[in-house]
Amino acid sequence: MEKAISTMRFYEEQMRIWDPLNECMGREELAMLQFTRLRDTLNRAYRNVPCYQNKFRSLGLVPEDIKGLSDLPLIPFTTKEDLRLNYPYGMFAVPLREVVRIHSSSGTTGKPTVVGYTRHDLNTWSELVARFMTAAGVTEDDIVHIAFGYGLFTGAFGLHYGAERIGASVIPMSSGNTDKQLMIMQDYRSTAVVCTPSYAMTMADRMEKLGIDPASLALKVGLFGAEPWSEEMRREIEQRLGIIATDNYGLSEVMGPGIAGECLHRCGMHIFEDHFIAEIIDPETGEVLPSGATGELVLTSITKEAFPMLRYRTRDITRLDYTPCACGRTHVRMKKTMGRSDDMLIIKGVNVFPTQIEEVLFQVEGCEPHYQLVIEREGTMDTLEVQVEVNEAIFFDEMKKQRAFVDLLEKRLFSALGVGARVKLVEPSSMPRHEGKAKRVIDRRHL
Amino acid sequence: MKVEQISIFIENKSGRLAEVTHVLGTAGVNIRALSLADTSDFGILRLIVDKTDQAKSALKAGGFTVSKTEVVAVEVPDRPLGLYGILEVLDRGKVNVEYMYAFVERCGGNAVIIFRFDNPEEAIRVLTANGVGVLAGERVYSM
Repeated sequence: MEKAISTMRFYEEQMRIWDPLNECMGREELAMLQFTRLRDTLNRAYRNVPCYQNKFRSLGLVPEDIKGLSDLPLIPFTTKEDLRLNYPYGMFAVPLREVVRIHSSSGTTGKPTVVGYTRHDLNTWSELVARFMTAAGVTEDDIVHIAFGYGLFTGAFGLHYGAERIGASVIPMSSGNTDKQLMIMQDYRSTAVVCTPSYAMTMADRMEKLGIDPASLALKVGLFGAEPWSEEMRREIEQRLGIIATDNYGLSEVMGPGIAGECLHRCGMHIFEDHFIAEIIDPETGEVLPSGATGELVLTSITKEAFPMLRYRTRDITRLDYTPCACGRTHVRMKKTMGRSDDMLIIKGVNVFPTQIEEVLFQVEGCEPHYQLVIEREGTMDTLEVQVEVNEAIFFDEMKKQRAFVDLLEKRLFSALGVGARVKLVEPSSMPRHEGKAKRVIDRRHL
Repeated sequence: MKVEQISIFIENKSGRLAEVTHVLGTAGVNIRALSLADTSDFGILRLIVDKTDQAKSALKAGGFTVSKTEVVAVEVPDRPLGLYGILEVLDRGKVNVEYMYAFVERCGGNAVIIFRFDNPEEAIRVLTANGVGVLAGERVYSM
């Protein structure tokens, strides 16, 4: 009985909501709030950002033409290209003297994109991160170990300030040096870890090698983001680190982490709709898709001062679920991102996402996630090769068993993808290890 | 009566085999017998060495995937039909051979062949019951 009460209390505590007034707002009230805020943002953006003004003018549009939320599709999209063209400060809607923080996107290709925050923006950001951290069960009693790289990247600072807002104890560990990460986790008794899911796997690998029992750590929850990951990978991380693994979502162009996050029901990430309006579009045509459809997420920020984003094309592929969540939050949930529309591979005309391949690999006992996809074109035919690092669990002394293993993977990949893939086993550590986002795809078709 | 063998996964690219022998050599390990099974992508190198555990840890530290298996070293009369006699005994005893390879050294008047069976205990029972010599591990490592 006592145990039942303590379990109950545990769940009640875990199910806390940081800002119930806003997170559980009625949908009608929310829509009114969204429109008021959208109108303000539109006016400010139109007045202060030449890029938005030009886009509106070229369509013969003025902010007053947007008379309700249903007029949202009239507003032109903003793309990464717009941000590049206005590098570094052209998209800022306030003078630099009001900007108190500058971050940038990872900038994997070409110039990074620069984003700014006013003091008020930083406050909003901390609040929103506090929301999803609370939703994942983090409280003021937690010791939050942040293993995202500190720097221009928004991940570490976003989580850092959110965790401090909750009142948790923050360890600003930064990324890299896995052995030291583990030592600090053991000695400081970290209870929550923040990193990319692929780095969580790297830590689990290292723990196994060093013989560290996950049960000997104080970790109970992981907050993972910054890259797409599969449900299979979640299970693997939960099992190997002995924690609850939660997903959160954000992109630096729109704010950084804190745009959406999972509650403990883990049935999608609540998008904090009192600050962002979400739409799903067809990535090819740009047309808004009906509720429930899978497509590219488009976000409009409606409270940001320094760097407002109007209908920003995130390139992330997901779908939205408006059905009520058991946690009581009324905000729409987005499914785990399947990948990016610019990451989506079209192989022999079939859409393939790296996460689909990851799912297949994880279903095989002992198969670790160290894999890479190589796409080539032989004549006019695309070929997909999945390189999988061998480890002791999938290495067989007998050739026929080793071949059978490769055949099994190929068969499963074919049924999951609908397109043939060749599996190539490679030696361990053939692939670069990542402390940030994993690079899974090598597309040699355009060389 | 069983002999420990180590198997190593090797990607089919130049220099990997040399790397294995270099790692073993610098760890002071001497190779007693070897076999390489290969496909176009990868190979499985199987070795009997004088110091199995040392070899295994040196290779693992060198980043190789290694596993240890038990095989049986059988004395085979070095004359025509010598190997046939042994295989015939195994066949009659319904023992299946997974793979086999020959040892570099001879043992007295006999050649030595390494067998991998799916059921090594049963194989040893059948062989010894039929008067075929099976070598002990210690004997093989120091040949």
